[in-house]
Amino acid sequence: MDTFIPNEYEVVRNAEYCIGCRVCERQCANSVHKFDNDLGKMIADSSKCVNCHRCVCLCHTHAIKIVKSDDVYRVNANWSMQTMNEVYRQANSGGVLLSSMGNPNDYPKYFDKILVNASQVTNPSIDPLREPMETCVYLGKKDAEIKRDNQGRLIDTLAPQLKLNMPIMFSAMSYGSISYNAHESLARAAEELGIFYNTGEGGLHKDFYKYGNNTIVQVASGRFGVHADYLAAAAAIEIKMGQGAKPGIGGHLPGIKISDDVSKTRMIPKGVDAISPAPHHDIYSIEDLRQLIYTLKEATDYRKPIIVKIAAVHNVAAIASGVARSGADIIAIDGFRGGTGAAPTRIRDNVGIPIELALARVDERLRQEGIRDSVSVVVAGSIHSSADVVKAIALGADACYIGTAALLALGCHLCRSCHTGKCNWGIATQRPDLVKRLNPDIGYKRLVNLITAWNHEIKEMMGGMGLNSIEALRGNRLMLRGVGLNDAELKVLGIRHAGEDM
Amino acid sequence: MFKSNLNNAPLEGEVRVLSGCAVSAIIDRSGKTMTGENIIRSIATMHDRSNGLGGGFAGYGIYPDYKDYYAFHLFYNDFQSRKETEDFLNKHFEIVYSSEMKTRKIKSITNVPIIYRYFLYPLSKKLNNSLMDEEQYVVKCVNRINAEIDGAFVFSSGKNMGIFKGVGYPEDIGKFYLLDEEYRGYAWTAHGRYPTNTPGWWGGAHPFGLLDYSVVHNGEISSYDANRRYIEMFGYKCSLQTDTEVITYIIDYLIRVKKLTLQEIAKVISASFWSTIEEKSEEEKREETFLRKAFPSLLINGPFSIIFGFKGGIMALNDRLKLRSMVCAEKGDLAYISSEECGIRVIEPDLDKIFAPAGGQPVIYTLREDE
Amino acid sequence: MKRIYVNENCCLGCKLCEYECMFAGSGLDEMFKLKGKLDRYVPKIKVEGDDGVDVHFAVNCRHCTNAICVQSCIAGALSKSDDGMVVIDKNKCVGCFTCVLVCPFGAIMPDASGKAAQKCMLCTDNGRDMPTCVKYCPNGAIVFEERD
Repeated sequence: MDTFIPNEYEVVRNAEYCIGCRVCERQCANSVHKFDNDLGKMIADSSKCVNCHRCVCLCHTHAIKIVKSDDVYRVNANWSMQTMNEVYRQANSGGVLLSSMGNPNDYPKYFDKILVNASQVTNPSIDPLREPMETCVYLGKKDAEIKRDNQGRLIDTLAPQLKLNMPIMFSAMSYGSISYNAHESLARAAEELGIFYNTGEGGLHKDFYKYGNNTIVQVASGRFGVHADYLAAAAAIEIKMGQGAKPGIGGHLPGIKISDDVSKTRMIPKGVDAISPAPHHDIYSIEDLRQLIYTLKEATDYRKPIIVKIAAVHNVAAIASGVARSGADIIAIDGFRGGTGAAPTRIRDNVGIPIELALARVDERLRQEGIRDSVSVVVAGSIHSSADVVKAIALGADACYIGTAALLALGCHLCRSCHTGKCNWGIATQRPDLVKRLNPDIGYKRLVNLITAWNHEIKEMMGGMGLNSIEALRGNRLMLRGVGLNDAELKVLGIRHAGEDM
Repeated sequence: MFKSNLNNAPLEGEVRVLSGCAVSAIIDRSGKTMTGENIIRSIATMHDRSNGLGGGFAGYGIYPDYKDYYAFHLFYNDFQSRKETEDFLNKHFEIVYSSEMKTRKIKSITNVPIIYRYFLYPLSKKLNNSLMDEEQYVVKCVNRINAEIDGAFVFSSGKNMGIFKGVGYPEDIGKFYLLDEEYRGYAWTAHGRYPTNTPGWWGGAHPFGLLDYSVVHNGEISSYDANRRYIEMFGYKCSLQTDTEVITYIIDYLIRVKKLTLQEIAKVISASFWSTIEEKSEEEKREETFLRKAFPSLLINGPFSIIFGFKGGIMALNDRLKLRSMVCAEKGDLAYISSEECGIRVIEPDLDKIFAPAGGQPVIYTLREDE
Repeated sequence: MKRIYVNENCCLGCKLCEYECMFAGSGLDEMFKLKGKLDRYVPKIKVEGDDGVDVHFAVNCRHCTNAICVQSCIAGALSKSDDGMVVIDKNKCVGCFTCVLVCPFGAIMPDASGKAAQKCMLCTDNGRDMPTCVKYCPNGAIVFEERD
């Protein structure tokens, strides 16, 4: 018999406030709440609760809260309760532990240990409310040859560029892992903001071709949903080599999430697990990557930038250099905190490196090799706020991808149960009754609000530094100082410690 | 490097140096030459914009008898560094003439280094073996002296031009070098310095020069590290960590390597806002959009006014918001640029035209074609 | 006139609107005070579709242009206001419930006392700044807008 694993969270209901409207019961896909006829009141089965807070948010009398259970095993600094539970769970099932969203463990968050500069006296700060403040960026190769026509005028010899009104994009989240309504929200928001969203490896639903100018399509190892029209519809193509949440392994979309529409979009059978291989089986080395890059360029007439997405691993700088030399227009680096719809827990929580360190090394390495302007660098993997965007750009990024923050804007409460397919917020699910819970009219507006707010904040911080153009912030590491970082960390980040002079 | 360091405060190159300043320039577009007297009077008028910790001048057309040779101006700390440098120079160049720089004793000018001048050209065999063009070769040699020989610093390396600078008020520095008597040039630029955190070092005074190019600059650029880290990809080493140095390298890269015109360079380093570009003619829009997209990391952000001196001309340029003052004026063949109007009026009260260029709008004065 | 419309694609069937409606009509200052008193109030909006069914639709008064309820009222309790809203004057209502029978939408119903009819008057009768069901729908399924 399975060992009973006590629930981590408890549903606490204030009986005085509960009027018995049963909204919680109707809204819980995990069947935690129910009205008990014998007792004539609401009861809860906390063992089923994933702590998604749907019931808390929808309880209009504020009668519900979720608390951490105080049930404990004998206190042990070496064997935490969670570690023990994981052993029990595996002894029960014999399976690999699965998790969703980003690595939640207590590793350093370097962005929080970096502080930003501001102008005082010798150099005026700039007021973004009164002066123009530019956050528009172009992504793509900058190493254009200077050529002139016979009248001496400059010819635009630049490789294709992606124009972003602000240095933020929505990172790859596939249709299948997230819902139709979530995709619609992302696509419409990207269009309104003048940025891009990314299809992930799940193909592009036919309804969303109309957002193609703001769409990055992904070509991943499973090649799901990849065909000529798909490539043609997009503004840019991303080759997914790796993902920060699960470097070194492929994807796994449970059959339960493969609905009719998902199956059509991915071009795979309905209800069967979709497993993308760990490597691309036509890429066993860097020269193979080059072939795929040029295959995609040929297929799209050299009109679209090719992005290569890699996970931040130990020798990320050398890998990025190789990618830059393979013809990629943009490199996307995904840090070890990056999210996922499903990943083996051990991989998610133990593989990869922080994005701040990876970014700093990649940017420096590309500069040392004199090839930084042959490629743009986009970073992902827990960009929490506009301040993180500012710090990432000052470290050397051209733009940031946000995934988790975008999902939070759509309602996600980080219960990290995406892989169950029962997302109560209508995001990471394909169940029609749940998908419905995310109204794209509301969702897209909330995304627009979030990014607009961040853009305002980025402008404020830039103005404080005396900058009025985002390109003057890129790689401007003198604007950063570390706090509480050791010499090795400062050296990797290429910044000085707070208190050290310019 | 020079250890004229008074209180162990760091020197240029050890920390990033911030300073406010005054700049001034005169050019006679007919090519007629003038002594340094007027430029000294101009910069002296703006005395309050300097604090005695640095001043300097660049004169163009001042060495007509040696116009085909590179004129190296060097500071030495001591005899040893001079010996070492001269050995190096002899190995790489044919020295046509060398002498100690003629100077005048000025009470306020102290801690004077040994100052030498050499007219030279590269040894052809060495040059051929280097597989570099002549200018690259000279730049490389200058960088090697400055980086590798302790106590020696090349502060001027152009042809038929020279930079004169030091620690002190600019008017005193001008007299110290006898610019008002010994030299006649068709163009002069000047700089008075107001560094906010170093005691001032002779090599750290401005103008900053590279071959024929010289830059004087007033401002503090906020994009410094973005610019520096980009330009260092192309073999430049920003060892002084001053704005002027990085600006000079950027201009050198865009002119010499990328072959852009001065007008185009202005569109890169002081680019119009996207919203302004949007309102321009199709052709300008195409050109400026291309330049901004191709050279985003060479946009210089933050307040600056610079005067860029080159063979046959000068260019004035402000940052895109015009956060530093600068006026230009003309009188016949003469053209003037100055941080403040008083710097022009004091030498020519009766002007044909005086105007303040808009942010990002370059003003270029060159010798008349027919001269 | 502005009317309440429901987008069935977004209606989750959570029934929050019903409870918010009851609360608005109750005159209570805190929603939790409805506890134990739910039988005293009847919501004027009703979510159609049973729990566990995919499609739900919250229904309330359409404020029909040619309102059959107004025409059929024998006591003159129902009338059209100047701006087109169908209003009920409970003091005049005799509780014959003809209106309940004739309303094609089931949007008029007996109130909790069973002695008079009640219907949605867009929260103009309970001092709210906008219809409370619209304001509190968690998915924006209920909208208050002018349509042709």
